[in-house]
Amino acid sequence: MLTQALFRALDKKAIWVIGIFLAVAALVPMANLLIPPGQFGHVPTYLVSLMGKYLAYAILALALDLVWGYCGILSLGHGAFFALGGYAMGMYLMRQIGSRGVYGNPVLPDFMVFLNWKELPWYWLGFDNFWFAMAMVVFVPGLLAFIFGFFAFRSRVTGVYLSIITQAMTFALLLAFFRNDMGFGGNNGLTDFKDILGAPVQAPGTRAALFAATAIALALSVLVCSMIVNSKLGKVMVAVRDAESRTRFLGYRVEYVKLFAFTVSAIMAGIAGALYVPQIGIINPGEFEPGNSIEVVIWTAVGGRGTLIGPIIGAIVVNLGKSWFTTTLPEFWLFALGALFIFTTLFLPKGIVGLWTQFFGARRAKAEQPTAPTPAQSADIERGEDPDSFGDNPQPKPAE
Amino acid sequence: MSTASDTMLYLDGVSVAFDGFKAINNLSIIVKPAEMLAIIGPNGAGKTTMMDIITGKTSPDAGQVLFDGRTDLTKLDEAAIANLGIGRKFQKPTVFESHTVWDNLEMALKKPRGIFAALFYTASDADVARITEILETVRLYARKDELAANLSHGQKQWLEIGMLLAQDPKLLLVDEPVAGMTDSETEETAKLLREIATTRSVVVVEHDMSFVRDLGSRVICLAEGSVLAEGTLDQVSANPVVIERYLGR
Repeated sequence: MLTQALFRALDKKAIWVIGIFLAVAALVPMANLLIPPGQFGHVPTYLVSLMGKYLAYAILALALDLVWGYCGILSLGHGAFFALGGYAMGMYLMRQIGSRGVYGNPVLPDFMVFLNWKELPWYWLGFDNFWFAMAMVVFVPGLLAFIFGFFAFRSRVTGVYLSIITQAMTFALLLAFFRNDMGFGGNNGLTDFKDILGAPVQAPGTRAALFAATAIALALSVLVCSMIVNSKLGKVMVAVRDAESRTRFLGYRVEYVKLFAFTVSAIMAGIAGALYVPQIGIINPGEFEPGNSIEVVIWTAVGGRGTLIGPIIGAIVVNLGKSWFTTTLPEFWLFALGALFIFTTLFLPKGIVGLWTQFFGARRAKAEQPTAPTPAQSADIERGEDPDSFGDNPQPKPAE
Repeated sequence: MSTASDTMLYLDGVSVAFDGFKAINNLSIIVKPAEMLAIIGPNGAGKTTMMDIITGKTSPDAGQVLFDGRTDLTKLDEAAIANLGIGRKFQKPTVFESHTVWDNLEMALKKPRGIFAALFYTASDADVARITEILETVRLYARKDELAANLSHGQKQWLEIGMLLAQDPKLLLVDEPVAGMTDSETEETAKLLREIATTRSVVVVEHDMSFVRDLGSRVICLAEGSVLAEGTLDQVSANPVVIERYLGR
């Protein structure tokens, strides 16, 4: 049963994407650690972290695409799941600081000592254990999405109303996490991390390993999404997107289909957040900012929703643009982002991927070879995948 | 209208109002197992609303709606009713346009509707044979790999009928199945529905009188949400009230 589903998932496109990200997971750390600095092909450590950040964003965009592109649920609150996963990782990293903090308290993180807390709140217990923290990375966003989705989908909240309440959800979390009483470091968030699994977070080896973990997680996310969208359930998801009530009359429980997609997607977003935080070195309530979630929507739209490659390309391309703009013309970035979104909506409804398939589709039609759609996809992948080729990019800040 | 036993569909004293407008007014209809019933009537007579009530889209303000002589449909939602064995074809053909003809039928095929059942579903040989058989019945085998969006209006109607067959329901509710079909397609559809009605109950809503005649079934004329006349097509269309309110002349 599972093997058949796995087999179905590994169609030509998915094999390409997964293969490329697995290769990236191996090659970039090697280029960073094995090739000495200054020599051709060396990838500096800051760049490894920067690319790791892009790939974490790519997982987030893919997660959004699963619900938006395939199931028609436009979530404007996916940043919340990302941030929750990030906080779970951040809590683990805080506990690893131990007595090396400014106040030297072996148990309490610095901000708790500063606030005169006497003991660790119950919800911090267990976070000194890596595997417990990783379980929470999956469990907390997943549970929130499940509860939220259960009520929203059962009440048949759809369309723009659902978008608004997802937005409200992330905003509510933003306000909650800003409060010092919440015990998550208030507006400073969690930072000043030292170790992860005993290895220093800042060390090039750790950063390379985190990058590799992110690339592998992205490859696995593509595999899981491919498995879902190529199954009959994936077809039902698209049916829900296109004709929700008709799907009900076929006997499918639309609310459960949506709930499944939403929960899986939130878990993926949480994992992305957990991979993001150690590479960036900080998690604060700003990650719950509604604007962040909207940006994810833009990445997905720009890359091409309803495809597995599109959101990955979109996340990488738009963030490359952001890195460039925020160092060169910082005051124009938001205008550029807005213009990009309007341009995409008006002229590229299927995003970059749509443009590519259109172009190659037209050429193929001319050549009269209605065979497997190979050139378009592999070309897409090369374009999206190739972040190591921008070595001469101006110095971006790894943590902004 | 006495007892609900031995009926496939039993509507008794059903009423529903939208903002004070009585779309269905004290409607009582019985459909027996393996029986075909044609429903005619002017626009706004409540034909589609009646189907909405049976399939759980609308819940009635009053009255009893029983399926198979015992199941109260007013308490169930659309998916539960569909899974009981009530299939519906919509007035406007609604197929899943971004899926292929084959996938449309595969989704409709009577199989467990659970999330994980669907996630790990692989078509068995029997499923493939059944879908192929349906495709041949609705004459879409040659177009099985095409997107449903590319079908003509009449072909979409047929695909939707095929999806109904795939669902293997006990009761079929068919809303204007021959709109947009050519005369020969209309005849074929009538033949197909008659064949289906030998084993299942079928309720057809239609305006096309020659098609209703082809069906050769009991006819009910609805007007303003209740039954105006009932009988064979000849009896109903000879009824002076029906002539005045619906047929004109």
